Order: sequence, then C-alpha cells, then structure tokens
Amino acid sequence: MNALIEQFFNLEVMAQAFPFLLKGLGVTILLTLLLTPLGLALGLALALGSSARHRGLRRAVRIWVNGFRGLPPLVLIIIVYSALPFLGLRTPPLMAVVIALWLNSSAYYCEILRAGLGSVPAGQMEAARATGLGRAQALRDVVLPQAVRNVLPDLASNTIELVKGTSLASIIGVSELLHMASNARSVVYNASPITLAALMYLAFLLPSVRLTGWLERRRRGA
Amino acid sequence: MRPILDIQALYKSFGDAEVLKNINLKVGEGEMVFLIGPSGSGKSTLLRCCNRLEEPTSGAIWMDNTNLLAGDTDINRMRQRIGMVFQGFNLYPHMTAEQNVMLALRRVQGKSEAEAREIARRELDRMGLAERFGHYPSQLSGGQQQRVAIARSLALGPRVMLMDEPTSALDPELVGGVLEAMREMKAAGMTMLVVSHEMRFAREAADRVAFMQAGEIVEYGTPAELLAREGGRARAFLGGEH
Ligand SMILES: Nc1ncnc2c1ncn2[C@@H]1O[C@H](COP(=O)(O)OP(=O)(O)OP(=O)(O)O)[C@@H](O)[C@H]1O
Ligand SMILES: [Mg+2]
Repeated sequence: MNALIEQFFNLEVMAQAFPFLLKGLGVTILLTLLLTPLGLALGLALALGSSARHRGLRRAVRIWVNGFRGLPPLVLIIIVYSALPFLGLRTPPLMAVVIALWLNSSAYYCEILRAGLGSVPAGQMEAARATGLGRAQALRDVVLPQAVRNVLPDLASNTIELVKGTSLASIIGVSELLHMASNARSVVYNASPITLAALMYLAFLLPSVRLTGWLERRRRGA
Repeated sequence: MRPILDIQALYKSFGDAEVLKNINLKVGEGEMVFLIGPSGSGKSTLLRCCNRLEEPTSGAIWMDNTNLLAGDTDINRMRQRIGMVFQGFNLYPHMTAEQNVMLALRRVQGKSEAEAREIARRELDRMGLAERFGHYPSQLSGGQQQRVAIARSLALGPRVMLMDEPTSALDPELVGGVLEAMREMKAAGMTMLVVSHEMRFAREAADRVAFMQAGEIVEYGTPAELLAREGGRARAFLGGEH
C-alpha cells in the first residue's frame, strides 16, 4: 500500500513536476483552441457538402467523412507525421497533430452538424427563402442557429473527445500535457506526474462534462 | 382589370407524375382568388410555383412584366413582392415576433435596425399584436403565430399574397381572427391567391374561385357562378359546410 502511494501519489514529485505539466497543459489548451474552430468550420463545410445538389460532390464528401471516421486517430497522426516529409514538407510534430486531429474531428463534427441540419424542418428554409433571403443568408440566420441548438450537447461531447484526443500527440513528441508527464516520470522513475496529469485533465474537462450533462437535460426538457 | 399574376400554360412534374397540367390563371389587382379542390389535386404545388419554391417544368408566370420563370429573373428580388403564408406558420422559433418580421427587412431590403423595428411594430400592430412584439412563437397561440407570419410577409410590401391553407392548422376558435385579418387585407386592396377549405369564407370573400382536379383547373368563376352551375363538381365542393 505504501509502495502504491509512493509510486502514484508522491506529493514532492508532483510539486516538482507541476511547472512542466503546466506548460504541457498550455499546449493542450492551445491545440484545443486551434482545433475546435477549425474542426467546426470544416465539419460544417462537409455537412453542407453532404447535402449538395451535385451528386459526385456528395459522394466524395461521404467517402471522405466515412474514411476519417473509420481511421483510429493515433494511426492518422503517425501517418500524417511520417508521410509529410515525403511530400517535401518539413513540418514540426505539432503541425502534423493539428492536421491529423483536424481531419478526424471535422469528420465527427460533420456528422453531428448534419444531424442538426436535418432536424430543422424544411419549412424554415422555405419561409426564409420566400421572403427573399438567399440560401446562404437563410442558412446563417434561420437554419444554423436552430441546428446548432438542437445538437449542442453532442457538439460539446465531441469537443471533449477532441481534447482527450490531443494526448495522442505525445507519441510523436509534441510537448502537450501527457508527454510532459511521461517525460517527468521517466526522469524521476515515479508515476506521480501521470497522476497529476490525470488530475489536470479532470480539472480542465470536468466543467465541460458537467455543462454537457446540463445541456443534455435541457434538450430533453425542451 | 390588369392582372398582377398571369400564369400561362404551366406544367409541373415530379419525376413521372404530372402534377400540374396546362394551368392558365390570371389574378387581377386587388382580387382575391381561391384555389379549391380535393386533396392531391395540385393546389399547394401551384401556389408554390408562383414564388418558385417549386420549379415548374414549363410555362410562364408573369408578374408586372417580369416572367418569374425566366432564367435571368432575380427571384430573391421578386420574392419580396410575393408574400407567402404557410399552413404551419413556419415562424423562426429562435426569434421573437418582432425579430421574425425584421429579418428580411434587414437582410434583404437593407433597412436599418431602427427602421426595420418601426415597420415590424407597425405591421404587428395592424395584426392586433401590439402586446406581443417580444414574444417567441412558442409563447403565442396558433392564431397569433399565423398573424405574425402574415405581418412578416406584409412588411416587405408585397404586390400579391400566396396563402396555403392559412387556417387549417388552427383550433376552430382561432380561425376567426385570421380570417378577419384576411378580410382587412382585401379591404386594403391586397391581391391574394388563397388555398383554403373554408368554404363559407370562400363564398363570402372570394372574387373568383378556381376548382382544381388532378392537376387541372376544371372550373373557374365567381362563387355565385360556380354555385349556380348545375351538376358541376365545384358546386358540391363550394356549397359544403365549413
Ligand atoms: N415534392 C414532391 N415530390 C413528389 N410528389 C409531390 C411533391 N409534392 C407534391 N407531390 C404530389 O403532387 C400532387 C399534388 O400535391 P399538392 O400538395 O399540390 O396537392 P394539394 O392539392 O395541395 O393537396 P392537399 O389539399 O392535400 O394539400 C400529389 O399527388 C402529391 O403527392
Ligand atoms: Mg396542399
């Protein structure tokens, strides 16, 4: 029992590692702030493409989205990281992770937004168009706000998944939270930094998890 | 009477199904024309062709020297002059009554916030909704919602109003308020093309009635003419209790 506490809950080690882990958390947050808007934007474009009038485009979008939903994100990260140099791109690992997780998360955001768009009755678009709004205007002002509201809990959940997914970046040496924690662990031969990282993930994500639960209850109530 | 809407040789198919066949119909300035007929006869489709929510297969629809179906017609510009009211109201649920009316004034007509608000309040006021500017659709009765929808159309200054069963989704006690609003619009000179099953209202208020069956207008005339036509199908229909 004492050995377990010594191995995982050594406060002294934690205190030492804390500044490093804080830096790591900074990178994790940076990735989140970068990937969430990027993922949402590409996800929306793909969702709209999924219902495009042009059949070929629709097909292509579906293949793209299903492909990236089917690939494990870790595999995607390694492929992107190792393939980019062959394309003559000297990209830092951070860039490779952003690209890989962008491809992955946007595919999921796409599916959620597609469901959201589908949940808005066709009469909404028709009413807006009948007053002279263009398709893009009607989407922005009438359809999208309702679509997003209808799938807000799912968007929030997916964003949480995205944050958790950034820990995969440690495998190619991006100095995000988990990577910093494993580095610290191998220096001090003690797993307490990992415990601390877990606590920091929780501190960062628990409010969002609770928010998602609240959104979900509100949706069911509505 | 100069027609505002002049529908000529209009055809519409959904795939193999020919839903409108050689429709010819003129709606004169200030006229209230009713489209009646059995379910599936093409009334809604005809109405929706008039602002191109449905794309007709062939034919022409003239409005003030513009063929709405011509390739170079700016349909978004024309739609401001063709109001449409739906059976299910189709109000934007995330906006208040006032915001519902303001949206196209701002986005399509480029009016300032203040000007749009003033117009919205005036139109809502005319519909008897002065106390309801800030209410969301879910906080309004069906009758009130439909009157907000009418105000949303009227605010853009349309030349003609298309109304698809505007009272069908309403509880009986709420129908009267919407019919009253339609009477007032007519009295103010609005041109209207109305699909309705309110036969009593049609007999009383319609200038002309077009009776549709299987995608064609098979009878056309004033309510009195149709009611006097021995053996006509429209007669039985129009004479019905409703
Ligand atoms: N989008 C569509 N795709 C295929 N068929 C359609 C479509 N819309 C309408 N139809 C068909 O066209 C025909 C006419 O429909 P429409 O809705 O115009 O009839 P209606 O006279 O308005 O009927 P109701 O009184 O029930 O509203 C029907 O047979 C209907 O099934
Ligand atoms: Mg209909």
